[in-house]
This record gives sequence, structure tokens and C-alpha cells, in this order.
Amino acid sequence: MFGAVAAAILVTMLLAIIRLALGPVLYDRVLAANTFGTATVLLIAVLGYMNGRPDFLDIALLYALVNFVGTLAILKFSRYGRLGDELPDSEQNLQGEKD
Amino acid sequence: MIRALALGAALALLWLGLSGHYTPLILSFGILSVVFVVVIALRMDILDQEGMPLQLGARFVLYWVWLGIEIVKSNLHAARIILSPSMPINPQIVRFKSTQHTDLGQVIYANSITLTPGTTTIEIEDGHILVHALTDQTADLDAAAVMDKRVTELERAKEAG
Amino acid sequence: MDALLPIVNSISWLFLATGSIFLLIGGIGLLRLPDFYARTHAAGVIDTLGTGLILIGLMMQEEIGLNTFKLVLIGFFLFFTSPTSSYAVAHAAWVAGQKPWTNSNGNTKDAKEDVES
Repeated sequence: MFGAVAAAILVTMLLAIIRLALGPVLYDRVLAANTFGTATVLLIAVLGYMNGRPDFLDIALLYALVNFVGTLAILKFSRYGRLGDELPDSEQNLQGEKD
Repeated sequence: MIRALALGAALALLWLGLSGHYTPLILSFGILSVVFVVVIALRMDILDQEGMPLQLGARFVLYWVWLGIEIVKSNLHAARIILSPSMPINPQIVRFKSTQHTDLGQVIYANSITLTPGTTTIEIEDGHILVHALTDQTADLDAAAVMDKRVTELERAKEAG
Repeated sequence: MDALLPIVNSISWLFLATGSIFLLIGGIGLLRLPDFYARTHAAGVIDTLGTGLILIGLMMQEEIGLNTFKLVLIGFFLFFTSPTSSYAVAHAAWVAGQKPWTNSNGNTKDAKEDVES
């Protein structure tokens, strides 16, 4: 039964991967990668229950956080070409606090 | 000060929930970590109304319940559109009015808009929010006004008490 | 409690099944919808109802305990981070001048300027 849920998640991941490959713009790929990450979190959790080892939830939790930071990092890198913090103050609005 | 205590309580709960080992050694590590983090947070001076929005209080829970129902409704709408063979979409950019006057309130409103599929926030400006809507139904200004009013009331809870 | 167990179990599977279906719907939307902005809505379906239902379903698999807490925590993080990253992507696309697809296909006559004016 958990196998069916895991299969559904895997198919969703496959669809996200296809979108990631098709593009056409960078933002499609970032969105697809983010969705893929969300599906991965679910997959880890479901696999943990499937194998009777819910300890996997810790990993899923960690992955949820890394996925979020990763998405923002890709966006920041694509816009500024670097991840360092030596940006001019006026450009530090990646998260759109105020333009 | 009450915010520091609340942060400490939240962190302690987090530690107890994630650890699962309740031996004196591990627990003392936990206490040390919690105190350490609270001290750093105090030094960074981030325990304000944004970092620890205690002022929202219990109304936040009520708002979430309402938001959850809205999310389910709009999800069903979006699912029907995605699955219908003709895909009756009419994407458009709409400008929703936002009456919140703190950053926190605006963020809650903008995130609530994004959480309901069919509308995605693309830009926050003073007094209004640019939204990409998938269909005419989701571009409904009246429905947005209802949500706007609720968030503003939620935000205003702190001024009353 | 034991008498309730089969009921809770079937409700749990109902949640897991519905969640899976919404995940698939979101995945299909990710492929079918015409442009980037429209696809954010499909990603929204996956991030909200798909994940939410599956996490609730998993919570019902076991008795309330530490694992329930962790699942709640995962849901909590996703609930806060998914709209934030959606907004970050959409905003980055908007700032970069990505134009939304409109119904009068090909005639994307700059909805951005339409709004700005």
C-alpha cells in the first residue's frame, strides 16, 4: 500500500524532471527543482514508514530545510552570479522585502 | 523578555521532540543549546514583533483554520482546471489592495495568496500586491478583499491587546 | 481504542490516496500549463494539498508520539517555505521581465506595462 503512494510520488518526480528538462526558461527549471525537492521530502517520509523505520523523518525534515535554502541560492546565483555577501545594499532585495 | 522565554520554550519543545533520548547527559546538552541560542538571539536583537510574533496570539490558529478551508477550495478549482481537456484558463495580472501596515501583515497576506493555488504573488508594493491569477474566478477582487480584511484584523490584534 | 483502529487506518489510507492523486494532478499541471507563471499554480497544488494530505495520512499510521510531532514539524516548515520560495521564483521572473502568457496567444502585448501604467 505504501508502495502505491511511493509510486505516485515517483511519477510526480518524473513529471517534474521532464519539466526541468524541457524548460524553457530558467524559472521553470527552478520551480521544477523545488517541486522535485518537495516530492523528495514526501518520498523519504513514506519510504521510512514503508520499511518500518520512521527515523527517516529526521532526514525528511532536514531535506525540507535544505531544499528551501537551495532554491533561494539558485535564484540568488542566477541573478548576481555569486553567493557572497559583498553585494551593494541596494541590490539585497532578492527576497523582495521592499523594492 | 517574554519573547525570550517564549523562544526558549519553543526551542526546548523542539529539542525534546526531535531527540527522543531522555538521559541526563543529552538533556543537559539540550539545555545548554537552548540557552546558547536564546543568548545569541538577544544579542542579535531579533526578538521583536517580527521575529517572535507573539502578539498574533490565538487568532493565528483561527486564521489558519479558515485559510486551510480556502486552500482546499481553491485546490479543487485548480485541479478541475488542470484536468479538463480544454483547459479553460485565462491568465491575467491583477492588482489586489492590501490594507496591512506592517511588513509582517503584508507577508502573511502575500503568502496566503500564494498558498491558495490559482493566485501567485509576484510583487509586493505599498498598498497593493500584484498577483498572477489563473482564471477569471481566481482573479476575484471581492474574495481577495475578504482575505485582506481578515489579515488586517489579525495584524491589528496586537494594538488592541 | 483498538476498536477504532481499523477506522483510523482506512481514513489514513483515504488521505494518502487523495494526497497521491493531488500530487499527480499537480505533476500533470506542471507539464500541461502554458507558461511559467501558470505552472506556479500547479506547483502550489503539490505543495499545499498534496503534501498536506500525505502528511496527515502518515500521522494517522501510528499512535500519537514523537513521529507525529516530526510530521507536524515537516508540514509546518513546508507550509512556511513553499509560498516563500514560490514568491521568490515568481518575483525573480517578474523582475527579469518574463512576460505572462495570455489567452489571446501570441498577443502578449506586455501585460507588465498594462499594469504599470
